[in-house]
Amino acid sequence: MKMEAFNNRNVADNGYYMVDIEDYPTDGWGKFKRVVNRTFKGELFVGLWVVMREMIKFDIHTIQYPQEKMPIGPRYRAVHEMKRLWESDAERCIGCGLCEKICISDCIRMDTKIDENSRKEVSSYTINLGRCIFCGYCAEVCPELAITHGGEYENGSEQREHFIMYEDMLTPIDKMKAGTQLEFEGFGSITPHEDERVKKTPLAY
Amino acid sequence: MDTAYLIETIIKVVVILLIFSALAGIGTYFERKILAFMQRRLGPMNVGPYGLLQVGADGIKLFTKEDIIPTNVVAKIFKIAPVITAATAFMASAAIPFFPQFTLFGYTVHPIVADINIGILYVLGMMAVGLYGPLLGGMASANKFALLSAARATAVFISYEVVSGLSLLAPIMMVGSLSLIDFNDYQAGGVGNWIVWSQPLAFILFWIAAFAETGRTPFHLIANDHEIIDGFGTEYSGMRWGLFFIGEYANMFFISFVIPLIFLGGYGDGSLLGAIGLIGKMAFFFFFFLWTRAAWPDVRPDQLMWLCWKVLMPLAVINVVITGLVMMF
Repeated sequence: MKMEAFNNRNVADNGYYMVDIEDYPTDGWGKFKRVVNRTFKGELFVGLWVVMREMIKFDIHTIQYPQEKMPIGPRYRAVHEMKRLWESDAERCIGCGLCEKICISDCIRMDTKIDENSRKEVSSYTINLGRCIFCGYCAEVCPELAITHGGEYENGSEQREHFIMYEDMLTPIDKMKAGTQLEFEGFGSITPHEDERVKKTPLAY
Repeated sequence: MDTAYLIETIIKVVVILLIFSALAGIGTYFERKILAFMQRRLGPMNVGPYGLLQVGADGIKLFTKEDIIPTNVVAKIFKIAPVITAATAFMASAAIPFFPQFTLFGYTVHPIVADINIGILYVLGMMAVGLYGPLLGGMASANKFALLSAARATAVFISYEVVSGLSLLAPIMMVGSLSLIDFNDYQAGGVGNWIVWSQPLAFILFWIAAFAETGRTPFHLIANDHEIIDGFGTEYSGMRWGLFFIGEYANMFFISFVIPLIFLGGYGDGSLLGAIGLIGKMAFFFFFFLWTRAAWPDVRPDQLMWLCWKVLMPLAVINVVITGLVMMF
């Protein structure tokens, strides 16, 4: 799409014109002529024809929701997911706490500890969905692409403050083994064709 | 009084009551479906095949809902108002011949409850009494929207009684009788004899007035959802509201019978084909009520009054005068 159409602010050149609307009649004879004109113009039948045409065409746009669903975009920001590494099936989250820091509605809570291999491990991680506004900052800030948004928008719950636990968000291991983990394409993700745009670091000065 | 006649009349009354109460329910199904198709929707689909049992579900809902009488309402009038609407709608049907007479097991059946000699006057009068439903219900409701609706209902009904009465005067002058059966027999010769050809203006005026009398969409301001919630029905719940509903739909069906009987030849010569023809014409007029609801916007109350008193009523009077002059010379 060319941008000229948007950058050119001189609207008079773009085919805009003033619509020629007659003044409303003020005297009795003019009003009478308007009534007669409107009466015999048959505008009412245009409306009748339009709805009848739509009924005959039977071009129904209803989506019968529980049975059929609209495809949602890959960038849709619904309930969060925790991804695993493709190489080792291990969890991507390194417990850096950036998502907890950046969360503007303070709904992410995480605890970390040093595990037996002297690595930082996430010991508890919850998101309070009653507070989450699904802004996507956590996914954007995550350096490991670990926390992302998913496409699951059907979350009925018996209480408002419904928490999701780390285990519920994490990609199940069998799904990971089957290689069906989907990468998120929204905030913070790698843009497409990134490999072609990567250049070698210029070392030879 | 003859016992056989009494039994026959009671059977007819019960049959008409049952059929048209059921038709009111099925009418809502057709209305929802046709409106949906015209707006590229599907309408009710989940209860039963193609949503057919939705009527039953709605009926169960209406019958089992709590009957709430709000505080501050005039309880007696509040309770009786829906009954007036439903009862007068069905009482109007007494003078309407729904079929030509036919013979069942050697017994000649006249499918009209009472062939009184003032038939059309009685039908119009009964429909006019139906005004008291919205009027009393709206005034007794202690609700400003209901009160507005009652005022509007009174204005619209009284104004359009004038139009429907005056527009019918010309056909009545031609036929020389008020019985709907005489109207039908006058036009029994075939399509060429239909009164609509000699009284096209009266036909259109009566049709327009029918929309006002049933409170359907171009003139739906009595219960205009976006202005006054449900008008006189705002405070009603359960089956009392359902009675208003049945009355409205029964009125639509009856007026859809009356228009073809007066102007479009009715059931013609009384053959089976003629009877099916009357049903077909009735179906068209009922469909037209739904069709306009999908297509046309509502008019303002002042526009409605303007249309009635400054356009339709003078036209009706001129029509009567011209008809009289033509008949005289």
